[in-house]
Amino acid sequence: MNFEFTEEQVMLRDSVARYVQDDYDWDTRVAIANSETGIDRAKWQTFAELGWLSIPFAEEYGGFGGDAVDVMVVMEELGKGLVLEPYLATVLLYGGLLQKGGNPEQQAAQIPPIIDGSTLGAFAYLERQSRYEIADVKTTATADGDNFVLKGEKVVVFNGANADQLIVSARTSGAQSDEQGISLFLIPADAAGVERVSYRMMDGQRVANVVLNDVTVPASNLVGTQDAGHELIAAVVQEANLALAAEAIGIMQQLNAKTLEYTKTREQFGVAIGSFQALQHRMVDTFMSFEQAKSLLYRAVCALTDDQEDEVQAIHALRVMVDKAGKHIFGEAIQLHGGMGITDELDIGHYAKRLMMINTTFGNRDYHQAKFNALRYN
Amino acid sequence: MDTAFAPEDIAFREEVCAFFDSAYDDDIDARLNNPDPAVFQPAIIEWQKRLFERGWIAPGWPKEYGGTGWDDTKAFIFETERASRGIRDVIPFGLKMVGPVIYTFGTDEQKERFLPPILNSDEWWCQGYSEPGAGSDLAALKTRAVRDGDEYVVTGAKIWTSYAQFADWIFCLVRTSTEGKKQAGISFLLIDMKSPGIKINPIVSIDAHHSLNEVEFNEVRVPVANRIGEENQGWTYAKALLAHERTAIAGVADSKRTLEMIKHYASQEVNGGKRLIDDALFQQRLSDIEIDLMALEFTDLRVLASVAAGGAPGAESSLLKIKGTEMQQAVQELLMEVAGYYQGVLPGGPEADVLGHEFGTRAFKSYMYGRAATIYGGSNEVQKNIIAKAVLGL
Repeated sequence: MNFEFTEEQVMLRDSVARYVQDDYDWDTRVAIANSETGIDRAKWQTFAELGWLSIPFAEEYGGFGGDAVDVMVVMEELGKGLVLEPYLATVLLYGGLLQKGGNPEQQAAQIPPIIDGSTLGAFAYLERQSRYEIADVKTTATADGDNFVLKGEKVVVFNGANADQLIVSARTSGAQSDEQGISLFLIPADAAGVERVSYRMMDGQRVANVVLNDVTVPASNLVGTQDAGHELIAAVVQEANLALAAEAIGIMQQLNAKTLEYTKTREQFGVAIGSFQALQHRMVDTFMSFEQAKSLLYRAVCALTDDQEDEVQAIHALRVMVDKAGKHIFGEAIQLHGGMGITDELDIGHYAKRLMMINTTFGNRDYHQAKFNALRYN
Repeated sequence: MDTAFAPEDIAFREEVCAFFDSAYDDDIDARLNNPDPAVFQPAIIEWQKRLFERGWIAPGWPKEYGGTGWDDTKAFIFETERASRGIRDVIPFGLKMVGPVIYTFGTDEQKERFLPPILNSDEWWCQGYSEPGAGSDLAALKTRAVRDGDEYVVTGAKIWTSYAQFADWIFCLVRTSTEGKKQAGISFLLIDMKSPGIKINPIVSIDAHHSLNEVEFNEVRVPVANRIGEENQGWTYAKALLAHERTAIAGVADSKRTLEMIKHYASQEVNGGKRLIDDALFQQRLSDIEIDLMALEFTDLRVLASVAAGGAPGAESSLLKIKGTEMQQAVQELLMEVAGYYQGVLPGGPEADVLGHEFGTRAFKSYMYGRAATIYGGSNEVQKNIIAKAVLGL
C-alpha cells in the first residue's frame, strides 16, 4: 500500500506547478479571461511542447500512455492556477471519446493534432431539457445513404466556440431518455449547418450553444458503435469526474492556503486575526474537509486504476464530497477574507466560482448521491 | 499509488481471521455485551486471557516486554479484523496506557513487578488524570503528593475514573511542586487501590450505567519506589503516553460495523408499509454518513502508509480523533433513529423476545455513552487547538 507518486509523476506535477507559478500569474489569468476567445492559443502550444496534451493517449499515436493518476496530477496543478485553456474539453472529453471509442482511422487522423496542439475539440452532450441526464437526447441523426443528417440543438458546450472539431451526441433510435439509441458523431465545427452562439460562464469559461440545421456527415464519422454511444460516454465521463475532482482539490488547497496566509497578516483589534480561536477552529474544519475530500479522490483513483468493483460508487461518493467540501471551503474563504472576499479584484471569489461550476458539471451533489444510494441500498 | 497490502500482511490477516474464528464464539460475545458488570467484568478478563495465551494481547508493545513486535500495518490489520467482527477492545488502562509508560520510563524492578500481571490480566488498572478542577486544562491538577521519607502522602481527588470499582491499581498524575510552570511540578505515581485513605464514589452516567467514578485520596501513603522516572517530570511521561496510540484511533472499522448493523435493521423495520432502507430520506442520511466514512477510511490508510514509510505521526492523530468520534456519534444517532420508540427502553428490562425488539437498549447505550467520545482523550476542541498550532502554524 502506498499513496506516493512515482518519480515520473512527481516530475510531471512539478513541471505543471512551476509553469502555473511562473507563467500563469493572476494578472495573466485575468487578461486571458477578458480576451475575446477566453483562452490563449500560444499557452496551449506550450502545453503541447511540455507534453501535457499527450498524457492519456496511446503511445502509437504519440501519446504518453498515462493513467488516471497522471491525469489527476496535472488537473490538480491546473486547478491551483485556475487555468482557462480547455484541457478537460479537448484532451479528456473530445480526446477521451476518440481514444476509447474511435476506430483506428479516426484515431490516427484526430489524436496527433490534439497532442501537437493544432486542434481544439469539444463534446456537445447537453440539451435544454436534459439537465444532468446525459441519456436525455432529442437531437436526431437520420441515416441518408452513406451519410447521417443531424438536427437539433446542444447547449453549454465547453470550449464550444473555440473548438475546431465537435463530437455530438444524437439519437439514432429509441425514446428521448433511453440509454440505448444514442450515437456519437465527429463534426468539423465549420461544417455547413452548424451555428454557434458563444457566451461566458461565471468561472471565465467560454461555452456555446450549437444548433445543428440538417448537418450532413459521412457515416464514417460515427464514433464508436451506432446506438451504443451512452456506454462510451459513461466511461469517458467517469474519468472526467475524477479529473474534475482533482482540479477541485487543487482549488480547495489554494483557498485554504490563501485564507490561512491572510489571517496571519490581517490585523484587527491590534492582533493578527488568525490568533482568534473562533477563526482557528473554522480553519481546522476546512483543513479537515480538504483532507477528507483528498482521501476520497485517492480512493476513487485507486479503485479506477485497480479496476475495483466499487469504482462507480467511489466516484459518485467523491463527487458528493467535492461538492460538500468545496462549498464549505470557499464559503469560509470568503467569510474570513471579510469585505475583500466579495470583491471581483481578489482571486478568492474566482476560485469559488470555478468550484461552483465544477459542481454542476456531470451532475450536482443530489444527482451523484441519488446514483450512489441506488447502487448501494436498492 | 495503490491500496494493496503486501503478501506477508495478507498472510497475517488470514492468521488473525483464523484465530478470531476459533477463539471468539457466541457465548463470549453475549457475555461481553451484557450490560451487567457482574457478567461483563469476568468475561472481558476471560477474553483478554485468550488473547494473552495466543501472544496477541499487546499489539503495540515491543517483543522484549511481551508484546507482539508488530509494525503499525499489522497492528492496524489486527484492529480492523477485531472491530469488523464486533469484538470489543481490551480494557485500555493497563495494556494501552500505563504499560507503555512503565516499559519506556520505569525501572527494571517496576517492569518486573507490573508488566506480567498487565499482560495476563491478573491486575486491573484505572487512570487518575482528570480532577474536578482539571479537565481539558489537565496540568492545573491539584492532587498533591508530599514527600515523607520513603513515601509520598497523597491527598486530593480524581474524577471520570472508569472502572475504578474493579481496579487493583491506579496510575496518577500528582503535584509534587508548585514552583515554576504548572506542567513542571507533576509526578507520575502508581498507587495500590487497597491503600488506606482511598474512597470510591460511583458516578452514574447518562446511559444509566455505572462505569465512572470519583476517587478520593485522603493522606494515602505511596512508596517512592512506585514513582515513574524523575520527580516533577511526570508531565513528560504522560504526554508520551498520549502519542502512543496512533493506529485505529479513528475507530473506522467499528463505525463501519455499526453502519452494517443499521442497514440490516433498516431493511427489517417497516414504516408505512415500506422498508425503512427504501425510504429516500433515510437513504440520504445513510449515505451522508457512509461517504464521510469512506473518506475517513482512506485518511486512516494515508496516515498508516506514511507511518509505515517512516513518517512521524503528528497532528494527523488529532484529525483522526476528531473525525473518527464525529463519525461514531453520527452512526450512533442513526441507529437510534432506526430503533424508533424502542430507543427509549432502559437496560435491565425484559428480554428481547418479550419486549418485541432486540437492539433498542444497545442503541441507547452506545448513543448516550458515545457522547463522551468527543470529550475524553483531549476534547475535540482541544484537538482543534493542536491542529491549529502544529499544522496551520497559528
